[in-house]
Amino acid sequence: MWRRWELVFGALLLASYWGGTRGQDADPSPGTAATPGPPVPVPQPDGPQAFPEPEKANLPMFTMDYGRIQIPFEFTLWVLLASFAKIGFHVYHKITIWIPESCLLIVIGLVVGGIMHAVKEEPPAVLDSNVFFLYMLPPIVLENGYFMPARPFFENTGTVLWYAVVGTLWNSVGIGLSLYAVCQIEVFGVQDINLQENLLFASIISAVDPVAVISVFEDISVNEQLFIVVFGEGLFNDAVTVVLYNMFTFVADMPVVESSDVFLAMARFFVVGLGGLLFGLLFGVAGAFTSRFTNNVRSIEPLFVFMYTYLAYLVAELFAISSIMAIVVCAITMKSYLEENVSQGSCTTIRHVVKMLACISETLIFFFLGVVTVTTDHEWNWAYVLFTLLFAFVWRGLGVLVLTQIINPFRTIPFNFKDQFGLAYGGLRGAICFALVFTLPDNINRRSLFVTASIAIIIFTVFIQGISIRPLVEYINIRRTNNKHQTINEEIHTRLMEHTISGLQDLCGQWSHYYWKDKFMKFNEHVLRRILIRDNRAESSIVALYKKLELQNAIELLDTSLGDLSAAPSLVSLTDEKKASSRPKKTFLMGDVRKMRDNLSKNLYKINQRTTAWTNKDGLHENRQAREILIRRHHTIRRSVRMGSFRDQVRHRFNSIPKSQRYYSLQPGMNLESALPLRRTSHDSSRIAFLIIPSFFYVPNPNPRQTPKPSDEKARSDIVEMKEGRLRAVQPPPSPRSSSRSFTGRLGTVKEATPRPPSPGLDVIHESPVSSRGPRAKGPLPTPRRSLFHRVQGGEEGDKQQQEEKEEEEELSVELQGEAGDVPQPPPLPPPPGWVPENQQSHRAGDPLLRHSSQGSRGSSRF
Amino acid sequence: MGASRSRTENPEIQDLSDQTGFSSEQIRILHRRFRQLSGDEETISKENLEKIQALDKNPIRNQIIEAFFDKRNQKDGKVGSFEEIGFEQFVKVMSHFRPPNLKMTDEDKEAMRREKLRFLFNMHDTDNDGTITLDEYRKVVEELLSKSGAIGPDVAKAISDAAMLEVASINMPHMEPDDFYEGITFEHFEQILKGLEMESRMNIRFLDVDTSTMHCGKSQ
Repeated sequence: MWRRWELVFGALLLASYWGGTRGQDADPSPGTAATPGPPVPVPQPDGPQAFPEPEKANLPMFTMDYGRIQIPFEFTLWVLLASFAKIGFHVYHKITIWIPESCLLIVIGLVVGGIMHAVKEEPPAVLDSNVFFLYMLPPIVLENGYFMPARPFFENTGTVLWYAVVGTLWNSVGIGLSLYAVCQIEVFGVQDINLQENLLFASIISAVDPVAVISVFEDISVNEQLFIVVFGEGLFNDAVTVVLYNMFTFVADMPVVESSDVFLAMARFFVVGLGGLLFGLLFGVAGAFTSRFTNNVRSIEPLFVFMYTYLAYLVAELFAISSIMAIVVCAITMKSYLEENVSQGSCTTIRHVVKMLACISETLIFFFLGVVTVTTDHEWNWAYVLFTLLFAFVWRGLGVLVLTQIINPFRTIPFNFKDQFGLAYGGLRGAICFALVFTLPDNINRRSLFVTASIAIIIFTVFIQGISIRPLVEYINIRRTNNKHQTINEEIHTRLMEHTISGLQDLCGQWSHYYWKDKFMKFNEHVLRRILIRDNRAESSIVALYKKLELQNAIELLDTSLGDLSAAPSLVSLTDEKKASSRPKKTFLMGDVRKMRDNLSKNLYKINQRTTAWTNKDGLHENRQAREILIRRHHTIRRSVRMGSFRDQVRHRFNSIPKSQRYYSLQPGMNLESALPLRRTSHDSSRIAFLIIPSFFYVPNPNPRQTPKPSDEKARSDIVEMKEGRLRAVQPPPSPRSSSRSFTGRLGTVKEATPRPPSPGLDVIHESPVSSRGPRAKGPLPTPRRSLFHRVQGGEEGDKQQQEEKEEEEELSVELQGEAGDVPQPPPLPPPPGWVPENQQSHRAGDPLLRHSSQGSRGSSRF
Repeated sequence: MGASRSRTENPEIQDLSDQTGFSSEQIRILHRRFRQLSGDEETISKENLEKIQALDKNPIRNQIIEAFFDKRNQKDGKVGSFEEIGFEQFVKVMSHFRPPNLKMTDEDKEAMRREKLRFLFNMHDTDNDGTITLDEYRKVVEELLSKSGAIGPDVAKAISDAAMLEVASINMPHMEPDDFYEGITFEHFEQILKGLEMESRMNIRFLDVDTSTMHCGKSQ
């Protein structure tokens, strides 16, 4: 990392050198328009200079015009440098666990600043007030707003706003006044700082920046309330701080402040805040509404998020109202609707770009903080700096204590002392604070003292508190919650609890935010969603989660090249989610893939056991493969088999392919034969043989206890089986012969594809003999088809039917010639005990889990 | 069951307050509400509760109402269901939803959590047999989704099946192939919701001040 880093730095210096010598004349035009900012480096407005000067006689062979590209060039190098540093931190992962990233960035900035100072290089003028407010700040705030966890936030809005607004006011006024008092003491030599300036400074340093704390809290999964309060406070207190900052910079200019000005200022405070809210809502709704119509222009879909939020920001800035508030509200409003309208790809893009922009901004700010710390002239005043630190700490602590006492009676879950400690100690100062102080106008007397004091407090809090907060929070054992592993049960019960609570509140005639939530949901359902969402299906969050998990699993399968999307299991996927989320998703190393397969196989295994178990209470002795196929299919069956009852099958047989086959079965018009080779090639085809038999016959396993434990090899076979499961899906349950015939007809080619398999009807996938599964596959487990006949016979059928059955199975059997030839013929088995009881369950025919048995009985009873 | 007598006499309120942890003011407010719901009778029947308009929109209305008439929620070890309940039963059911306070020890909180989980469990387990079977689970999920409009029973079924699979796979990772997972026992129920924070969710802030005048005509 260092080599690379030095390389970039070298390039940077070189570039600056050239800029200094060669590009003297092409001064970067001052002012805002020409200065580049993070989102888009604005090109120089100087116009093209492609043509040589007229007075030059001959065409130069080689020209260089550094001045023209200087600013975007240098900007790019800075971003690169900072990004390389970021990569560097994560090379050794443990660093970032114990030391917050911002600390490391500041350190690197200090080093770079030191070098620049040594060679007398000016720091880049990226951070002037306009650049900061127009380009650096919006991405950071947008990120916070966009990724704000909505539900906890709305459940705690009051508390969040209480801390953000009142807390920040409290801190600003408290610190400002105490510092002013300190300034009156002569020995310190700071009497020339008046009250307004003290308040201005205090408002700057009361902006807390929760980034470092948030990442710690996330890691140790601190309780939801504390998390959201820290998160929301950081977000909204930026808004408050910026308002205060603007107000006090204005006031600091005024020679005399009258009492009416104070009231005007307070009134303005509300105008600014509520105005931001209004503009945010306006643009948020507009953005959501626009996204309704973007389904034909997917490629620019993500753009709307950025344009609308930025527009909200700029317009708010135009009217000098809280632009942070505007952008946050805009993002929150837009997000939920927009994400339903845009495609999956766009959604991912949006999230990534939002994250990326914010990351760049923040990295740059911390980086420059380090550089500036070294390169600017400081005015060090021990008393002022130390008192600032002290007051910042004391007022923060006091503020949290007092404000919590006030808010606790209104909270259902009061904050205990540990929570309060976390809240107070999490008050790190950060990027916003630095940027604000650095953009102070020059007419402030002691500007450089303020800069010094702010940098001191930032470095102090970021380093001392930032590093110590993790061990401390772990030590005092703050209330934790586990909100990461969302399983479908948890989602169901969350909803169940919500409805219960809301119902009980209605019952006892009290209302709280659930009442308003209900009202809002109703409004949302009936008005907002209708207007803002293209494909308006009211969707319960359970269903949404369910779909999400399914999709995620499908993608995962795709990523691991274990299978294609269409083969994704539906229900099976659910328990994978938990593990999947904790797994790194970006890179799939060999180990990861292996682990994933392992997980997958285990999960599949478990799940399968369960389902079969329900289907027949007596525990039919099936072999495992059969069970797994059953499971993967049971969803499918519902779709492909149940579209209409079996009686309708004949009528429908050519046109009744359900629409919803996308995961489960062959495409309409595609035949079994053409699908199979395809699937084979996507796997280790030479080692796998598909032996397909009517899937509703589950071969009893004579020796279930011998079933080997799931192994690594099993994982892959699971996937293969999954695919087979899919194939099964198009294959009808055969025992009701009329229906299976109809399906055979539909499948067309199945009949031709029948070289009689040497060992007919193994409901097993054989892996290669070298795999550890090999012996099992060949051993006692692959039970013969014959046993099926016996079973059926034992059930209800006669000899003749058995004969027919056989023929039919021949028709249906498709064998892809792998190494199936050497599979031994297992002995016939007696009918399993579970067969008859199973049929008794046919009253639950609509049940997907039970479908196969009921069909079996229903079908055969027709003979 | 001195429900009917426990009206305004102070000792009885005190008694209830000791049993349930409500303050006497809260009990008084609840009692007012009780009288309002029952139409000034001593007991409440299911019909009384079904009349509450605000509950109409609640997808699990039936489960909630049933819970009030379920003897298991009285914590006195009986099973079965009441035809009518008095004020004491009413308050006892409500007491499941008291929020935790700062003085509680960890054991208290754990006990409270179990109590709340038990309440939920009882809501699922309609036949009192100590397990939630697939059918029971499905029914709840179906009801839960029933007010969401376009969601068919298919989806509800698929989801409850998936959820059940999940339960089974979490609780019985090493089941023998021929074992049958009968249903969710309470232990398993606790297990699957282990990660879920209940403290902040299963609470009602019972007011100390009467708000019945504040919501104009919405309660009945």
